[in-house]
Amino acid sequence: MRAISVKAGDGGVSDYGADSLSSPSHRLRAFVRQHGPRLGWAVVSIGFFTAIWELLWYFGIADQRLLPPPHIFLGDIAGQAKNFNTAKRWEIGVDPNAGPSPFGAVVITMLSSTMRVLAGLACAAVTSLILGIAIRYNALFEKLTLPTVTLLAPVSPVAWLPVAIFLFGIGNGPAIFMVFIALFFTMTLATITQIDSVNRNYINVARTMGATKRQIYTRVILPAILPGLLVVLRLNLFGAWMVVLVAEATGVGYGLGQIISMARNTFNPGLVFFTIVIIGVLGFSFDFAMRLLQRRVLYWVPKGQGPLTGG
Amino acid sequence: MAKARRPVSSKSAVACRGAGKVWAAGTERAHVALQDVDLDIAAGEFVVLLGPSGCGKSTLLYLIAGLELPTSGEIYAQGELIEGPAPDRSLIFQETSLFPWLTVWQNVSFGLSIRGLSAAERMKVAREVLARVGLSDAFHKRPDELSGGMRQRVAVARSLAMQPKVLLMDEPFAALDVQTRAKMQGFLLDVWTASDASVLFVTHHIDEAIALADRVVVFTARPGRIKAIVPIEQPRPRDLTAPALLQLRVELTKLLQDEVDRAFAEQESAAAAE
Repeated sequence: MRAISVKAGDGGVSDYGADSLSSPSHRLRAFVRQHGPRLGWAVVSIGFFTAIWELLWYFGIADQRLLPPPHIFLGDIAGQAKNFNTAKRWEIGVDPNAGPSPFGAVVITMLSSTMRVLAGLACAAVTSLILGIAIRYNALFEKLTLPTVTLLAPVSPVAWLPVAIFLFGIGNGPAIFMVFIALFFTMTLATITQIDSVNRNYINVARTMGATKRQIYTRVILPAILPGLLVVLRLNLFGAWMVVLVAEATGVGYGLGQIISMARNTFNPGLVFFTIVIIGVLGFSFDFAMRLLQRRVLYWVPKGQGPLTGG
Repeated sequence: MAKARRPVSSKSAVACRGAGKVWAAGTERAHVALQDVDLDIAAGEFVVLLGPSGCGKSTLLYLIAGLELPTSGEIYAQGELIEGPAPDRSLIFQETSLFPWLTVWQNVSFGLSIRGLSAAERMKVAREVLARVGLSDAFHKRPDELSGGMRQRVAVARSLAMQPKVLLMDEPFAALDVQTRAKMQGFLLDVWTASDASVLFVTHHIDEAIALADRVVVFTARPGRIKAIVPIEQPRPRDLTAPALLQLRVELTKLLQDEVDRAFAEQESAAAAE
């Protein structure tokens, strides 16, 4: 039974080229075959811990006012959604009941935070890749910049929060800046580490073939570090989600962090857990999407090997 | 006082004159990898460098490839002083060094794309050299779809695409199983016979040296020096159980044994010192 399912999975992977050409239903089947078990286990895992929580509530160990169990804070989605008002009620002359419907507001809030995460992550990824390569490419540039980068890398993103507000006021700017600054330095160092761990043989082969330094970087080092960089990007996606909440808790119009901050101020633990669930689902979906992206972009990395699978 | 050196002929594929290499020169960890190597390799000659692990034979290949420069002496290729890597001196490594993100034909023609040849020209050359190593079917495959032996044949094809004068091979078959290794030796001799390139082949296998070489160059351990040069004149393919070759095997084993013992003793004492 085990052997059969493994074989079927392998077929789905190696026939990858054929799959993408075939019918949608066939593609769906291949998708389920490939990802079904993992998604299934995700449901089982979450169900397991939910059950523990519910039991603790049932036997009166978990106080409902402090730790309301999932069936309570997820039971009244419509009621929770009312807290997600994205109308600019704080502005004078705006009707407090104006704005989109509660569900529309939840979606807008989620999209706002997501946009900030993606914008910050994209900025950090591009600039850190450029800086990392520039540092290894040019010795003078390395001496000029690397000590500062290393010095700033361990600084907690919270320390950058005032800077973000000084520079960008309130709104999207500081939140995106926070995500960027939290990831930029560590991702630069990660890029350098990736460059240093490129197989020497690859570089020597290119050198004996007469490649210039520039050609070695564009034709050998860049493709060679791509797998590692995508792993770094995936890991930092979680970091980006953590930072964006901190940033949003302080003066952005709306966002998931603002909701949590409001829930704290109004002593609404149900709303906190509700928002945590939303963040969890978003983060999980993004991680899943990144895994799919890795498979597409890094077609040459053997499946089930190396640092990409993570189990 | 410099020794009088033999003149360098432009007919020699490679000529080493007192070549030496000190790694980490000027530091506490400085050690002499290679000392005073004088060696001429004729055009079209098959020379095997035989010695214990870590005796500097790979270092010599890197120097001839131009990836490293000697710290003493000079090395010439076709009479020209080697000052850096060149496409006609191609190095083949023990571990696979194919780029996993390129297909076989793209790997084979990588050096040509560096030179700026068009895709059509590159495919033509790739088709031709892949046919020479018997891998025409693998044209569009990716390296991870090939066996270890096939990957090394692709690596040889990649070198052939550069029309090398010298093929430098650093224990190219060491990672392969015994049967594949024997096949690959036959394959290499075929490729070598069909080309006019010299081959400089590093190994620590005595049988491999006997099966392949016109001349076997035996190295001492730490520092690497030439201990003996043993010509083999038997026609190929060679029957290693023939009396003359068995006799040769005994001689080479004896030459090598002292060096292996010395290298081993040094490693032991170094480990004990730590």
